[in-house]
Amino acid sequence: MVDLNPFSAWERFLGLPNESRTKTVGMAFIVAIVCAVAVNGATVILRPIQAQNRAAEQQVRLEALVSSIPGMGDLIAKAGGDALSAVVIDLDTGQAATDVTPETLDAALQAEANWTTLAPEADTANIGSRPNYAQVYILRQDDDVSLAILPIGGAGYNGPIQAMLAVNGDMNTIAGIAIIEQSETPGLGARIEEPGWQADFAGTRVRDDSGTMRFSVARGPAASEYEVDGITGATRTSNAMTQIVRFWMGPNGYGPFIDAVQRGDF
Amino acid sequence: MAASGRIWNTLTEPLIRQNPVTLQVLGICSALAVTTSLDIALTMAVSLTVVIVLSAGFVSLIRRHIPDAIRLIVQIIIVASLVIIIDQFLQAYLFDISQRLSVFVSLITTNCLVLGRTESFARSNPPLPSMVDALGNGLGYSLILIIIGAVRELFGMGSLLGISVLPTIDEGGWYTPLSLMLLAPSAFFLLGGLVWAIRSVQSEQVEVAEFDPIDDAEERR
Repeated sequence: MVDLNPFSAWERFLGLPNESRTKTVGMAFIVAIVCAVAVNGATVILRPIQAQNRAAEQQVRLEALVSSIPGMGDLIAKAGGDALSAVVIDLDTGQAATDVTPETLDAALQAEANWTTLAPEADTANIGSRPNYAQVYILRQDDDVSLAILPIGGAGYNGPIQAMLAVNGDMNTIAGIAIIEQSETPGLGARIEEPGWQADFAGTRVRDDSGTMRFSVARGPAASEYEVDGITGATRTSNAMTQIVRFWMGPNGYGPFIDAVQRGDF
Repeated sequence: MAASGRIWNTLTEPLIRQNPVTLQVLGICSALAVTTSLDIALTMAVSLTVVIVLSAGFVSLIRRHIPDAIRLIVQIIIVASLVIIIDQFLQAYLFDISQRLSVFVSLITTNCLVLGRTESFARSNPPLPSMVDALGNGLGYSLILIIIGAVRELFGMGSLLGISVLPTIDEGGWYTPLSLMLLAPSAFFLLGGLVWAIRSVQSEQVEVAEFDPIDDAEERR
C-alpha cells in the first residue's frame, strides 16, 4: 500500500537520515530550485528599474558632454530644442539604417545576426564582436553635419570602457569625450573620468592630411596635435583608450559613416 | 538574563577580541580590493553584513537537513544566490555605487568569512544565535574595512566620503596625494599595522612563535 498523501511523504522525506541517497539528492534539488526562483525573481522584477538607471545615466553623460564642448550651447540654442537628432546607422554601409529605429535598436541587437564577429587582428579594441547598428547623435547646420556624437567602447585594463566621442563636422577633429562606463583602477586608470583629462581631447585630430591614423594617448604630455596627455601610472588604460578611438574611427568602426559624411552624402 | 548575556557576548566578541579580519585573517582579499575610498568600503561592509546574516539564518534553519556529503555546496549556493540578489538591488537602487564596486560584490560569494561562519557556527546552532554571531562578525569586518577605507581615502585623495579634507595640489591646496594609498599594497601595510596595534593592546592574541630565529637560539645558549 503506497501512501500518496504529499504531507506524510514530506514528513517521511525529512525523517530520512541525512546520509541517505534520496535525501541528499532531494535536498540538492530543493535548495537549487528555491535559490533559482529567488534569483530569477529578483532579476526579472528589478530589470526595468536597472534599465531606467542606465538610460538616465547615459542621458546625463550625453548632456554633460554636449555642454562641455565650447560653443555647443549657443549652437543648440540657435537650432532649437531638438537640435541633436538620434539616428541609427548601419556600420557596414555608413548610411542611416532603414529598418531599425532608436526605439527598436535594443530589440535588434538581441539578435545574433546583427553582430559581426571580428577577426583577432582586426579587433584592436578587444571587443570580440561588433554590432552592425549604432545609435549616433547628429547636429546639422545648413544641411551639413556639424557635430556627431558616436558611442565607442572596448576592453580597458579591468573591464569594459564605454564612452561617447563627439567629432566635429570634418569628422577628424575631436570635439569632446565622455566616459559612460569604466572599472579602471581608482586613482589611476579611473582618472579617465576626470574632466581635466577629457578636456584635452577637444581639438585633437585623429588622422593626418594623408589619412593615416595618428591619434594616440601619449606617454606623458601630448607632443603633437594628434596626441592626448597620458595618465601617469595607467599605461594599460591609456593604451586601451588609444586602441578604442583608433578602432571606432577606423574602417571596422565608423569608417564608412565618416566617409559618407565627408563626401557630403549623409 | 544569562541567555541575553551570552547573545550580547556573541555579538561583541568578534568586534575586536575575535575580529575575523585581524585575528582569524579571513576576508583579506576584499579588505584589500574595496577600501580605496570610504563610501565603497561602507557599501561593501553593509552588503557583506546583510549577506552573512541572511545566509547564516537560512543555513541554520535547514541545518538538521543538510546532508553532510553536499553541505559545502548547499551553503555556497545559498550564499551565492543572496549575493546575486543583493547585487541586483544595488544596481537598481544604488546605481553609482554598484558601478564602482563592480565585480567585488559578486566576490562576496568567495569571501572566506561568509562560508567560515556558516560552516563553523550556523551549521550547529539555532537561527537566532547564528544570526547574531554573523552580525557580530559582519560588524567586525565592517569596522576594519571602514578604518582602512578612511585612512586610504584621506591620504590617497585628501578627502573623506568625497568631501575634501586635505586640499590637494590639483585643487590649489598644499597636499600631495599619496598614490600608493590607492593601490592594493597599502592596504596590506595598513592591515599589518592594525594587527600589530591590536595585538600590542590585547597581548593574548599574540601567536606563539613556531620556531626561534637562529640568532636568538644561539644567544640563549
